[in-house]
Amino acid sequence: MVSAAEVAATVTDPELPMLTLAELGILRDVRETGDGVEVTITPTYSGCPAMETIRTDLLHALHDAGYSQAHVRTILAPAWTTDWISDSGRAKLVAAGIAPPGPAPRRAAGPVPLVLGVRDDDVACPRCGEQSTERLAAFGATACRELRRCPACREPFEHVKEI
Amino acid sequence: MSFDDAYQALTDHDDDARWAYGTGFSDPLAGVPTALPEGVDGADLAAYCLMIGDDALILSHRLQQWVTRAPELEDEMAIANIALDLLGQARLLLTRAGEAEGAGRDEDELAYLREPGDFRNVLLTERVDADFGHLIARLLVFSTWRLALLDHLSASRDPVLAAIGAKGVKEVSYHRDYAAGWTVRLGDGTDLSHQRMQAAIDAVWPFLDELFETHDVDARLAGVAVDPASLRAEFDAVLAQVLSAATLEMPKAVEAATSKGRDGAHGEELNEILAELQGLARATPGGVW
Repeated sequence: MVSAAEVAATVTDPELPMLTLAELGILRDVRETGDGVEVTITPTYSGCPAMETIRTDLLHALHDAGYSQAHVRTILAPAWTTDWISDSGRAKLVAAGIAPPGPAPRRAAGPVPLVLGVRDDDVACPRCGEQSTERLAAFGATACRELRRCPACREPFEHVKEI
Repeated sequence: MSFDDAYQALTDHDDDARWAYGTGFSDPLAGVPTALPEGVDGADLAAYCLMIGDDALILSHRLQQWVTRAPELEDEMAIANIALDLLGQARLLLTRAGEAEGAGRDEDELAYLREPGDFRNVLLTERVDADFGHLIARLLVFSTWRLALLDHLSASRDPVLAAIGAKGVKEVSYHRDYAAGWTVRLGDGTDLSHQRMQAAIDAVWPFLDELFETHDVDARLAGVAVDPASLRAEFDAVLAQVLSAATLEMPKAVEAATSKGRDGAHGEELNEILAELQGLARATPGGVW
């Protein structure tokens, strides 16, 4: 029998279907207990509308693999960060034409600094590799993505924002 | 679950559990420990969660009303994203309120079945936006204030509030940067945009003081809640920075609005929001969609 952790690790994210939940970093723990399987997940954003689907997909996958007693638990802390996206996840994002996030911002003590103007220009184009691209909009089709454009190949693309 | 194209994803309706749109979501705090921190009164904690949860719920609804009306597609997506983040925060906080209250009310019951006088949002969140400039001014003030609040909340003695605060900081940082960016673009734009952005900032000013008033509930929950009075200096510094970059004037002190949203004294605007927000749930008691 395939282990519950291996089963859970194959489930993909509904919004970024090229990534597994494990590669996205939202699958935090899979534990087989005497009573069944307990899976722990964390949302990317507070309002993530996919949590319901993710929970259902995990339960279906585990049931299909013979784990009838499974439940999914949510944790909020520590809050998800894009640093948890794995190397294979980043490679798959690029292959899908989505620029992966850079390192999440590290904050000094004190108030959150205000960013006026563009955060960074050094997001590489996932299509042609041009190093410097421009931001079109800070918010994209899902909470975790922004829209950018490449000045070299002129193609628009999405970038997973660092949080 | 993966799809070859977006259309396939949209038309795949063989499993009703996949998407939920209105009520009947599963608990967003499923599995998060529900115990109250030692020495904390459940009624006070519930009241506090409603205060900062209703702020997010009501402003989220106002932002949703901009969808299909924003000046650009990119801004429509931005506003919808911000609304979704706030709705997510509201769901967590209302759920926590229900747990702390201990009377069996869930997020749906709190959102859909309370009377206007039971809502605890600040008046700033329920206003109608006269134009896009007013929306931006309101969002700048709200997100600057809420970012400071959530940041302090991440050190709360209540682990659930602390987690909601830490998570929200990441989201609201983007909201504030968005509003600040537009404030600068409009303020430092044409004569007309400058004039209208200044008018929008002036219009929002009477609603500021309520944000920083220490409520009895805040005072009783020292260490758990954030005393809003402690946020004023940080707020003023950020506003000064944005308004200066936008070539806008900081309004002179104005007479504050007298009504107190935190005590349930709201304007007619809240009734309009609730009529829209609650109409379907009240017309179909127990209905799930």
